[in-house]
Amino acid sequence: MLIRITADPLDSQPLIEHVRRDESGAVALFLGVVRNNNLGRRVLRLEYDAYPQMAEKKLRQIAEEIMSHWPITDIAIAHRTGRLEIGETSLLVVVSAPHRRETFEACQHAVNRIKEIAPIWKKEVWEGGETWLEGKDQTTLQPQ
Amino acid sequence: MTGRRELNLEVSEGLTVGEFHRDLCTRFPRLADYRGSLMYSVNAEYVPADHPLGDGDEVAFIPPVSGGAHAH
Repeated sequence: MLIRITADPLDSQPLIEHVRRDESGAVALFLGVVRNNNLGRRVLRLEYDAYPQMAEKKLRQIAEEIMSHWPITDIAIAHRTGRLEIGETSLLVVVSAPHRRETFEACQHAVNRIKEIAPIWKKEVWEGGETWLEGKDQTTLQPQ
Repeated sequence: MTGRRELNLEVSEGLTVGEFHRDLCTRFPRLADYRGSLMYSVNAEYVPADHPLGDGDEVAFIPPVSGGAHAH
């Protein structure tokens, strides 16, 4: 199991190597990537902020939850913080298991849980303003 | 919300985290905007509003996280 919160760019290859075993027939990889638009606005970049000690603890809790509910071999989760440009990876979840089905299910569940309970926030910087995103739809607008 | 990331404060023993939040809203009115949507954590674990505070506790008020529905 590998859990990481870092301001450095995320690289999937070391995480894949970390979870892969000779008995793993499948490795699922999820990348959360910064996209160039949201709610009809052109997005310039995102800024992620976290409560790092707690975020790391919650990511570990999620990984343990998943290890105990799915017959998977291993899981790695990495979340980036700080300023991210369009196309950069903000979240990496990698799951290995003997068979593919568990890797997909566990990976999806991990991403959903991370977005529910990890104290990590993103600020969207768009043309003419910026917004802290809350839940599925952002609410507060703070034009610059 | 308070303009500061961390504060060291003295509180009376046994004060709950919800009461502590209410007191702080008086000092930092912007905190009150988040009433109802904040979650509380003590020592990096989510707790309910009636959780009593003790010596050396680290309290955080957690605004809605970026991904979706709240889970507690």
